[in-house]
Amino acid sequence: MVAASLLKSSFLPKKSEWGATRQSAAAPRPATVSVVVRASAYADELVKTAKTIASPGRGILAMDESNATCGKRLASIGLENTEANRQAYRTLLVTAPGLGQYISGAILFEETLYQSAVDGRKIVDILVEQGIVPGIKVDKGLVPLAGSNNESWCQGLDGLASREAAYYQQGARFAKWRTVVSIPNGPSELAVKEAAWGLARYAAISQDNGLVPIVEPEILLDGEHGIERTFEVAQKVWAETFYAMAENNVMFEGILLKPSMVTPGAEAKDRATPAQVAEYTLKLLHRRIPPAVPGIMFLSGGQSEVEATQNLNAMNQGANPWHVSFSYARALQNTCLKTWGGQPEKVKAAQDALLLRAKANSLAQLGKYTSDGEAAEAKEGMFVKNYSY
Amino acid sequence: MSAFVGKYTVYNSRARADELIKTAKYLATPGKGILASDESTGTIGKRLSSINLENVESNRQALRELLFTAPGVFDYLSGVILFEETLYQTTSDGTPFMDVIRAGGAVPGIKVDKGTVEIAGTNGETTAQGLDSLGARCAKYYEAGARFAKWRAVLKVGPAEPSELAVRQNAEGLARYALICQEFGLVPIVEPEILTDGGHDIKTCAAVTERILAAVYKSLNDHKVLLEGTLLKTNMVTPGSDSPKVGAEVIAEYTVAALRRTVPPAVPGVVFLSGGQSEEEATQNLDAMNKLEVLKPWTLSFSFGRALQQSTLKKWLGKKENVAAAQATFLVRCKANSEAGLGKHTGSGAGDAAASESLYVKGYKY
Repeated sequence: MVAASLLKSSFLPKKSEWGATRQSAAAPRPATVSVVVRASAYADELVKTAKTIASPGRGILAMDESNATCGKRLASIGLENTEANRQAYRTLLVTAPGLGQYISGAILFEETLYQSAVDGRKIVDILVEQGIVPGIKVDKGLVPLAGSNNESWCQGLDGLASREAAYYQQGARFAKWRTVVSIPNGPSELAVKEAAWGLARYAAISQDNGLVPIVEPEILLDGEHGIERTFEVAQKVWAETFYAMAENNVMFEGILLKPSMVTPGAEAKDRATPAQVAEYTLKLLHRRIPPAVPGIMFLSGGQSEVEATQNLNAMNQGANPWHVSFSYARALQNTCLKTWGGQPEKVKAAQDALLLRAKANSLAQLGKYTSDGEAAEAKEGMFVKNYSY
Repeated sequence: MSAFVGKYTVYNSRARADELIKTAKYLATPGKGILASDESTGTIGKRLSSINLENVESNRQALRELLFTAPGVFDYLSGVILFEETLYQTTSDGTPFMDVIRAGGAVPGIKVDKGTVEIAGTNGETTAQGLDSLGARCAKYYEAGARFAKWRAVLKVGPAEPSELAVRQNAEGLARYALICQEFGLVPIVEPEILTDGGHDIKTCAAVTERILAAVYKSLNDHKVLLEGTLLKTNMVTPGSDSPKVGAEVIAEYTVAALRRTVPPAVPGVVFLSGGQSEEEATQNLDAMNKLEVLKPWTLSFSFGRALQQSTLKKWLGKKENVAAAQATFLVRCKANSEAGLGKHTGSGAGDAAASESLYVKGYKY
């Protein structure tokens, strides 16, 4: 069992010290003004963790597929959805040699956070040894939003604080919550406000419990809309999300964002080049993201592996006020998964495929990627209509 | 830039949007700042009476002529905010002030709010007036040559202030004003000022500033104001006027942190108000901010009224024979703040006793 400094928590100040900056009861209690400037016991650690994840040339490996979703992945290569198979697959991913050169954080599903690898070591420990910060998916999935236009909202706030405290003890240092917004369904004002508020509540609770919140309002790719419409909706969603977070006193130096890139809908007539995606996406970021936020880790949302890399690369052709990087699941794992096919003798080849994509995205983060030599398979789109995670 | 000003702006004119962006960028030129010379007739009367001058048009004209014709002053100023009367005034030899300013390469701007009134039911909190017929007035000012506008919203710190009502009302007022200005070709300077009055500490000022700026940008975004065609004019983050002072580096850190948390990079520049600080204090604080080794994607500069004019007024005293000396003093302040905007101020502008004089007035009414 490897003990790493990331897992030590003895330096934490006592909870009784947290209230030190609040005013005494002598004067009438302020009705509305907060005098605490977002000082929580974990403030310094949150800032440090966020900065570590947002380090140059690195991004996040999203491997937090729920058991059901992981089942779909395994089924696509003819494997049964058993714990053993999920363990084998996740072991393959986290033991890829030198993965930490390109990957700064890995998002886990709850099962994986408590799992051991095939050789008995704890998966979190393997990650820490690789120089990768472990993270944890904390939302409880999407359900229909009553009163909306068939839209969804994200559950998971009940008991979130104590769950996150436990995850922190287990070694997680960041969290992730994914909500969605659908353009074909509006989006309605209600759906956008709910998405923003849920994210803000989750972010505040996460920071209170030592986890850097990754804030993910995914604007789904589904639809025939053009890039201008996506841009308009994205501006609205991020304005609402940041205001909700400000109202919840979230400390922006200790969060990360996971936006979708600004692209046309999957069924739109006109496609966009990486340069166009970059132009619109960067414009969105410049208009909505305060520079205090250390990192913006894009989701791939159904783009092909190569598309996702090219778009990221296009966004990093000039200096940005925040680290602009990736938090990819399918766009990192697809070829790796197919190469493995569940066969032990293919593990090394699969790991090589993972490292290849990780390195490509690392270069893209630095603005230095070229697509010469990319395999045809990596260019295949992975959009699934009405995709549920 | 091409696509972003198409469908989703109120003015379906790329040319209009481009002009706003260009003007805002120029106003935010590093090393240049804005002269806030837009004191209303009532307020300028206070300045004139402080040097025993009558508040008549000729005196108001004489002061502004002194300022605008100071030789070389537009090396340091990118813009001048005017009051409506001044927009149509001339120098003593008949040259319109507008021409003087534009010949210097600077942009003339115009104050468009109509002062503040109390919000009934609050503890003395205010909202700014001036939205009625604002569009028509902006069109008129654009025709007269103005290319930016200014609207000052005022908030105060108290046990229960600023209230949610005051924050929302002022933020919405600023957003309405900003959108209308852009519709008629004027770059809106968005000015939420938190008064220093009070015994609160710098942390409280920081919390309140962040709260208000978050609300302001939410309103601007809801109203679809083109951020690239705006400027922010706000207070520095300082302790309250009744609290012990802190050093320039502390003010710089809190101020820049507050801005980094709230102001999107699309905004080209933040120009600070001086709000009662002495001339030298204001310069040093601005300088400290620009020396801070942290990423600031917007220009940090000045839009000073009192902190540019105080010692100049004292040198002038209304006398023709003092004009040259007064202009020299004015240039010293402009240059010092220009340097501060580049983080290069060395304190050489501190010679004048008047430069260190606090300009704080309790319960200051503009």
